[in-house]
Amino acid sequence: MIHEFKKVWKPYTIGLVWLLGLLWPLLGIHPDGTLSFGKTFTVWFYIAVSASFCLLLYVMNKSGRLDVVSRPFTGFREAIKQASGKLPVWIWILILLLFALCYPQFTNRYAQDVATNVLIYICLGLGLNVVVGLAGMLDLGYIAFYGVGAYTYALMNLHFGMSFWVCLPIAALLAMTAGCIIGYPTLRMRGDYLAIVTLGFGEIVRILLNNWMALTNGPNGLLGIKAPSLLIPVFDGGFSFEVFYLKKLQYLYYVALALALITVIAVRNLNFSRIGRAWEAIREDETAAELMGVNTFLLKLLAYAMGAIFAGLAGAFFAARMRFVSPESFTFLESAMVLSMVVLGGMGSIPGIILGAAALIVLPEVFREFESYRMLAFGMAMVVMMLFRPEGLIPAKRVGGRSEEKGG
Amino acid sequence: MASQPILELENVSSSYGNIKALKGISLKVYSGEIVAIIGANGAGKSTTLMVTCGIIPVDDGDIFYNGQSIRGMAAEKLPVQGLCQVPEGRRIFPRLTVHENLELGAFCRRKRAEIDKDMAYVYSLFPTLQERRKQQGGTLSGGEQQMLAIGRALMTKPKVLLMDEPSLGLAPLFVQKIFDIIHDINKKNGTTILLVEQNANLALKAAARGYVLETGTIMMEDNADSLLHNPEIRKAYLGE
Repeated sequence: MIHEFKKVWKPYTIGLVWLLGLLWPLLGIHPDGTLSFGKTFTVWFYIAVSASFCLLLYVMNKSGRLDVVSRPFTGFREAIKQASGKLPVWIWILILLLFALCYPQFTNRYAQDVATNVLIYICLGLGLNVVVGLAGMLDLGYIAFYGVGAYTYALMNLHFGMSFWVCLPIAALLAMTAGCIIGYPTLRMRGDYLAIVTLGFGEIVRILLNNWMALTNGPNGLLGIKAPSLLIPVFDGGFSFEVFYLKKLQYLYYVALALALITVIAVRNLNFSRIGRAWEAIREDETAAELMGVNTFLLKLLAYAMGAIFAGLAGAFFAARMRFVSPESFTFLESAMVLSMVVLGGMGSIPGIILGAAALIVLPEVFREFESYRMLAFGMAMVVMMLFRPEGLIPAKRVGGRSEEKGG
Repeated sequence: MASQPILELENVSSSYGNIKALKGISLKVYSGEIVAIIGANGAGKSTTLMVTCGIIPVDDGDIFYNGQSIRGMAAEKLPVQGLCQVPEGRRIFPRLTVHENLELGAFCRRKRAEIDKDMAYVYSLFPTLQERRKQQGGTLSGGEQQMLAIGRALMTKPKVLLMDEPSLGLAPLFVQKIFDIIHDINKKNGTTILLVEQNANLALKAAARGYVLETGTIMMEDNADSLLHNPEIRKAYLGE
């Protein structure tokens, strides 16, 4: 036990001293310029005591003194693991799907609203995953395509009265076109340079939406967008169609669920296709991929366009749900949020990104009381994640089901 | 020896910014032979291969493959025509599995049956790869990675294979193994091989002809045997 302790006491002490250095300016400097020490030390003392307790537990665990307590639990965990391993994957998917389908039946409006949000971000995260996780291009302006999709539906609906379902493919197409236009000149760049260019592009789109008063009504945004509608046949005195607007949250939830499902299936198929493999090769080593006959430029452009399509779809739905769009929804922070979901969940991993999106949307809702500390906690969570699980919550599985699919 | 070379560099020069890497080199490779390019660090050996593959642009001169100029052709179009490179430092795709790495070699090909046949051939050539087919490429040892890089290039079904320092950083036992396989590929498939090596002794023993490259120019060109016994070469590159 002493031996274990000797190994860890140094970083532990340094960490506590560092924490004090961090806490003091946060808690000790007051807006009126006075300095105090009391509060800092109290908070620091509490943290130090609980950290010491954790350290003690850790050391005891390492030296095997906790085995008596933990043994029954390990057995229990193994049993669960075995039981869950026996069930094939599709059963899990089925359970999840059933849950998603029944969800609005036993939840209130607020919970449905949050869930709809999660579903939109799943679309965005998976779309960005194609660009970042598969093709390995850091895109910091992804939300711009979301904006393009949202404004496409908003404008088409307001000016031409076009229905949501017609605008959905148009929004995807326009977002894709935007992706190609940006991608064409920028995708020759690699790594950091690409990140900066995409960052710039994201800002350009936002500022354009903000300042093009004639088209977008600037920062005031566009009001009065119609919700998605369905044509329902009516049989009273002849046959006609009645337009039925899916205004209720429950209906919107199902539309979002459908979009998310389409995205999941599409991204999964892309991931396991020949193109998906080529994207991964480009991510791993662009020159080597080129030497193997992969048209890197075209494939990178395709990845970019594909990512944009999903963002465009999500954007059109966003506009239809909010029935209001303004440039404020498409700031860099949103791009960073989606990127965080991808990185947090696990780049290239579909279940990981679904979990990442859920975590980053639901957790801030749960901890609403601590809203002012949200960004602080968020940053801290990111640091901790990158230290302990740099591959993400559910790392992408690299034991290729894909290779075996085709045999050989 | 065939009258027309399958691969010919004619007075090719190339540069990185202001630094001239190749100052007008000419070389010919005939179908079915192994040709070695030897030279010291920074002589321009790797650049020669990268220029041939279209990764680094040509400043001047021309490159012919099968009698046609391939200067300025996009790099990804060459493997389709049977010109492929095993790049320096292997450059396999570390997070893809061994099998996926090989599949990627066949990216430019469409016929599944032929691809499967070549896959079986590569696995028979390198049984270790077969054992490790589900393992990530990056977890292989250096020698195995070299095998994977060669296997991956073979999956493009090359007529001409350019190899950049296949012995780099390998244990002597592995080096011998790799060279045996290079010999095998050449003899059994009739694949033409252009070999770049620092290990002049090994390269010249494997090759039929050799070029000596020095600071971007070709200093000497001869049969491999004559080069191997040339006192100057022995002094400069074989450490005698």
